[in-house]
Amino acid sequence: MKTTRRDFLKISSVAAGGLVFAPVLNWVPGFLKSDKPIPDDSKAKRYPNYCEVCFWNCAGWVYTDHDNKIWKIIGNEDDPHSNGRFCPRGTGGVGMYYDDDRLKKPLKRIGEAGAQQFVEIEWEEAIETIAKKMQEIAGKHGPESFALFNHGSSGKHFADLFNAYGSKNIAGPAYAQCKGPREEAFQVTFGHALHSPEPLDIRDTRCLVLIGSHLGENMHNGQVQEMAEAIDKQATIITVDPRFSTAASKSKFWLPIKPATDMALLLAWIHVIIEEELYDRKYVEELTFGFEQLKAHVKDYTPEWAYGITTIEPDVIRATAREMGAASPAVIVHPGRHVTWYGDDTQRLRAVAILNALLGSWGRRGGFYLPEKAKLPKYPTPENPKPTWTWRDVMPGQYPLASLPVTNVLVDASHPSYLGKHKVKAWMVAGTNLIATMPDLKRTIEAIQNLEYLVVIDTMPAEITGYADIVLPECTYLERYDMMRISEHRIPTFALRMPAAEPRWESKPGWWICKQIASKIGKGDYFKYEKYEDVLDFQLKEMGSSLEEMKKAGVKTFHRKEDLYFVEGHPHVFDTPTGKIELYSNLMIENGFDPLPKYITHAQPEAGFYRLIYGRTPAHTFSRTTNNANLNDLFRENPLWVHPKTAREWGLKTGDKVWLKNHQGVVSHFSTKVRVTERIRHDSVYMAHGFGRTDERLTRSFGIGISDTELISDVKIDKETGSTGMRSNFVTFLKENPHNSDKKEA
Amino acid sequence: MRYGMAIDTKKCVGCADCVVACQTENSVPHGYARDWIAETVSGRYPYLELEIRSERCNHCDNTPCVRTCPTGASHVIEGGIVIVTPEECIGCGACIESCPYDARFTHPDGYATKCTFCDHRVKNGQDPACVSVCPTHCMYFGDLDDPNSEVAKIVARRKWKVLAPEAGTQPQIYYLV
Repeated sequence: MKTTRRDFLKISSVAAGGLVFAPVLNWVPGFLKSDKPIPDDSKAKRYPNYCEVCFWNCAGWVYTDHDNKIWKIIGNEDDPHSNGRFCPRGTGGVGMYYDDDRLKKPLKRIGEAGAQQFVEIEWEEAIETIAKKMQEIAGKHGPESFALFNHGSSGKHFADLFNAYGSKNIAGPAYAQCKGPREEAFQVTFGHALHSPEPLDIRDTRCLVLIGSHLGENMHNGQVQEMAEAIDKQATIITVDPRFSTAASKSKFWLPIKPATDMALLLAWIHVIIEEELYDRKYVEELTFGFEQLKAHVKDYTPEWAYGITTIEPDVIRATAREMGAASPAVIVHPGRHVTWYGDDTQRLRAVAILNALLGSWGRRGGFYLPEKAKLPKYPTPENPKPTWTWRDVMPGQYPLASLPVTNVLVDASHPSYLGKHKVKAWMVAGTNLIATMPDLKRTIEAIQNLEYLVVIDTMPAEITGYADIVLPECTYLERYDMMRISEHRIPTFALRMPAAEPRWESKPGWWICKQIASKIGKGDYFKYEKYEDVLDFQLKEMGSSLEEMKKAGVKTFHRKEDLYFVEGHPHVFDTPTGKIELYSNLMIENGFDPLPKYITHAQPEAGFYRLIYGRTPAHTFSRTTNNANLNDLFRENPLWVHPKTAREWGLKTGDKVWLKNHQGVVSHFSTKVRVTERIRHDSVYMAHGFGRTDERLTRSFGIGISDTELISDVKIDKETGSTGMRSNFVTFLKENPHNSDKKEA
Repeated sequence: MRYGMAIDTKKCVGCADCVVACQTENSVPHGYARDWIAETVSGRYPYLELEIRSERCNHCDNTPCVRTCPTGASHVIEGGIVIVTPEECIGCGACIESCPYDARFTHPDGYATKCTFCDHRVKNGQDPACVSVCPTHCMYFGDLDDPNSEVAKIVARRKWKVLAPEAGTQPQIYYLV
């Protein structure tokens, strides 16, 4: 019998009584089998890049081996996003390049929508067809009726194409399915949205408060690194989470809150901090507006009041508030990132912002630093045509605080039930698998089926490609030039992406695809360059650098112009109506919202149902990485965390197979395995996001695990921003296969 | 000279970057790993503890794997690093059975293999791949015999444990707890 690591790990995990994440045997590429000596780093060729496996966009080096094949990816030490160290997904980015399941040639759909039946076509035909359709739709309905859903770097090229075409209906799930409410809450309070990476001075903080943020499981690289540094420096960590997350295990206080009651805890904390005068008095007096209104507002939000709601004991609420007060101003109440939970998310994030303001953390060492960004000159293009309408006209007056287009509004405008005059008739989807991203799958599919045309651009097959009339294969970030990465950080930087290998098969860079389409629809002037290097070289030369220099350095850093923190005695004017930090907001009143956050009761699961909580595993970003051989090796299926008491009631054991049904009757496609663990509340279940892939072309991830997204049918819309609250779904267990005719599971 | 490693369980988040970095650096075939993450949960809700460890060959001072190897393929090189020479290995599996840490496995090409402490990097003055990529800086590598090395200093300063001390192998990976 051949002994594998996998067999041994199973035995050892039983013997040790622990849990071991064992890699699974699946696929061995031929090139790894050969017995070549390991290249020497100092002699190997390396190419600069910035990572596209997640939005953190860490800059690094792609090394090639003796045969000039991509070997490994290592962080660039000059890069503040990574500090020379990538996370597992960035290191495993090679798996994206070597994935033989990738899209290889343009595809034309021949079967019904969703069925993933295609014929391969040539690029020329694909571009011709798309261009013709874009012109036809512009002629019939106006270019505005063609919407773009985008994500990531290549999504920006497609945004350029759509702006030139005459449509500003360009939306990414990164806003309304992720950080929208946070951005607007901080904008209202501090006159400054947080952007990415968030300007959190975690490395110097004395107290880090995480509310549902699971740093260490979400590998927001720089923040995870700094959290480890803060642990080294003995900072206090307070974690509020219904689950004993990795971060909770590093915390002095774990507050296993009853889900959907975070607002009560935040208000009680504010109450204690004001009542016990733990706030930064001088900062609050000088820099904030509306303290007296706030004080009166939270008078009755006592820890005793919050206890009955949150299940967090009053003593613990007081003790944690005092920890924050003692650390002030070097304290961070983390604003989180994926914050679209319950539909009152802007208000909840307002409470987080207010708490930070009271503690004086904004603009202070160990709190929020003041980020700076480098400016890169724009490559000259003609002025964009002015659209006659945008997404804002679809539902006039709705979601007034949304500063970016809302994906679900564009879905609404595409849906047969929309009777307004600003209908969306066609979509282009670049680099985002909307089926696994947008909640309320039924509605998304109804909208798609109501479209006249759908084009999808991606590196991998995905559920969304099945609905496309044309699918275009994009090459990965390791095979292309792209725009410079320009980001806000402690120091301004930019980073270069250049190819380390030729595109595999017939895949092409996003910029090339856009340039071809543009030239066919009479918008060639907007993409005047021959190759993308021309744009980069133009921009870099204007900055006193060059493409050649950047190829050697990868990252360029600049000196700051302003101070990193507020300087004592220098008055600071905030970009808010009062010029101060707005604890109380008249702007919210003017828009029809509460000026101060209030506690609203959210629904709790009925007997036999459990709140579905989803999150990340360090190995994966969204559904897009589940088929990556390196990352699939680390984490292949998303087990369902179930508390022992719940498991006993249902007769479930670790390893049992279950399907899930939500409170609206939606049943999961596939099953997953139960993981009985003390690490979760009895009223909730937890799983990693992005699994349960239904596209059979994904040979490693098809049919494995449950998709959390398909079980999120009950969506709570945030009235301020239009964002989709997704933590409001309750599930129950099905121990028998509900799809009896499903051969895969039978 | 005695190479060894200290791993801070208080900082490790179990992200497994060490696992992927080892796989890419050493071209470990998919489905196999020379290092891995182990988690131990103790206590009952809500009074819980979680220990996360990045585990691998312990490059022991007392090496059952080397003793049981019939061909001499498993051997110790300078600095106490335990190595297998693939060409000399007959794939009998005795070393795999003898290792109390289950650190070895049979490569698809038929020989026993495991963590090498990245000796190809160490001889150039670099850290092993796993140590060099760790985003939390939770791993320390160096010469335990040199009291001024970072690893020797942290082992002297912090509370630590080793895995399966009862096996008498004198493992050289120290888990800071």
